[in-house]
Amino acid sequence: MARYLLTRALSLGLSLIVASVVIFALIEVIPGDPASYMMGLNATEENLAALRTELGLTGSAVERYLGWIGGMLTGDFGTSYTYRVPVADLVVDRIGVSLPLAIYALTLSTLIAFPIGIIAASRRGTWADHGIMGATQLGIAIPNFWFAMLLVLLFAVTLRWFSAGGFPGWSDPLAALKALTLPAVALALPQASILARVMRSALIDTLEQDYIRTARAKGLSRGQAIRRHALRNALIPVLTIIGLQFSFLIAGAIIIENVFFLPGLGRLIFQGITQRDLIVVESVTMLLVFAVILVTFLVDLAYALVDPRLRRG
Amino acid sequence: MTRLPPALVLGAALSGVFLIAALVSLVWVPHGVTGVSIATRLQPPSATHWLGTDQLGRDLLSMLMVGAQTSIAVALLAVGIGISLGVPLGLAAAANRGGWLDEIIMRGNDLIFAFPSLVIAILITARYGPSASNAILAIGIFNIPVFARVARGAALPLWTLDYILAARTAGKGRFRISAEHILPNIANLLIVQATIQFSLGILAEAALSYVGLGAQPPVPSWGRMLAEAQTMIYTHPMLAVLPGFAIVLTVLGLNLMGDGLRDVLDPRLRRGRA
Repeated sequence: MARYLLTRALSLGLSLIVASVVIFALIEVIPGDPASYMMGLNATEENLAALRTELGLTGSAVERYLGWIGGMLTGDFGTSYTYRVPVADLVVDRIGVSLPLAIYALTLSTLIAFPIGIIAASRRGTWADHGIMGATQLGIAIPNFWFAMLLVLLFAVTLRWFSAGGFPGWSDPLAALKALTLPAVALALPQASILARVMRSALIDTLEQDYIRTARAKGLSRGQAIRRHALRNALIPVLTIIGLQFSFLIAGAIIIENVFFLPGLGRLIFQGITQRDLIVVESVTMLLVFAVILVTFLVDLAYALVDPRLRRG
Repeated sequence: MTRLPPALVLGAALSGVFLIAALVSLVWVPHGVTGVSIATRLQPPSATHWLGTDQLGRDLLSMLMVGAQTSIAVALLAVGIGISLGVPLGLAAAANRGGWLDEIIMRGNDLIFAFPSLVIAILITARYGPSASNAILAIGIFNIPVFARVARGAALPLWTLDYILAARTAGKGRFRISAEHILPNIANLLIVQATIQFSLGILAEAALSYVGLGAQPPVPSWGRMLAEAQTMIYTHPMLAVLPGFAIVLTVLGLNLMGDGLRDVLDPRLRRGRA
């Protein structure tokens, strides 16, 4: 277990270092001067020089990288060029939208995917199975932002059950959750389709194992065998996908937040992009990538809990 | 001749429609898509404009046809990047199993996998300017590890087979064996994977151009048509519905085709997919 943890932790650290170097290089090193990019065509030489000093672009690439990472580690994400406030403050504001949205969507996707995946696997080859598999094919093919528009069309424009966008803040938790519902459903649908398919095939694999036959021979019903033995073993591939999905949810949320005008991290990145505020883009991207890599690490730890073989390894 | 799986036929028919539409649009469209005609804006479907016109009076059917061209070109080139770089990497990793090259390639792949791809795609297009070519690059980069992994995984078991051993005793080098014996034998798997990556590429292109980071105006693209239609969703919902259908049907067609191809090309899987 200790060795497993150690190798996982090492790979977590390595991933973070490489990720930060890539992001830094993309934004600050490879061709083009970030300062002139940010100021546009009409910048004077004095203004550019002032901005370079302000951004800390005067040192060597290595110095700048270390300065940036050092800052990130101590909670200093730099100062936004357009908002004139610390990026950390912006992030704290926005994370209150993005994180609940991701969790809401992940919960919905799991709640939808588990039962339908289990039904499809245990009724393999029946019309229920075919229907579920057909529906999930469709779910995978639908772009989440288009699904979001259809949801708006149906539930906000036609039925008027939800508002088409915006976020009222957490002072009224019910209203906040309601505002996040359509975005979460839009995010959850493609994820649930993938997850249900994985759940089905993982469960089918385990149901063919000898220990399931033994359990059935012992007198357990099919349902009991699934609940007591098959599900736990099917969870490993399912967990992998849930971990991967978090990364897709983060990316998806960037776009969905824009569909629904939600003031989250994704919208912050896009505002950074349109306002050419590279400090915001760089730090927020790093934060999102950090979140994704951390979740991958936590999923690896979860394996060890689900699969005792890994603990000994 | 065995019967083709229905998924393959249906998938090929669906994606074929859009492929043909894209090809036809290279030489002919019902109406030009660059001209603005305020007089004919937002018209309902008619004999002249089969699907109606958009907010700038452009023929919607023509826009969809040229949009298919954009989507397919971007996704196809991105798959091309993935295959041309990923497959050699994967083959090299398999040929030097356990060596430093294998280790570097596979760890590098793990790292790219850990990245949220769309975030990096957004980063690239944001920093180097939104354009179709940057979108291709951004999507293509993430196809590299996918193909490297598939190629390596499929090539590894082949290296233990007798005919490869025979080729080695005949004095062929690892490179020649990979090119002459391994590659033809893993081509089926690569084709299936290419179909899947193609459909993911179409989705990614749509997402990027929806947020304005893909092909730029006046080049029509499905994603941007959706973005432009969003403000008019209250008054002209069809403008937002049709490009979405185009995306869904193309992607669905490609996915079905991928499943069908897998069944045809890899008989070992047929048993498990009853």
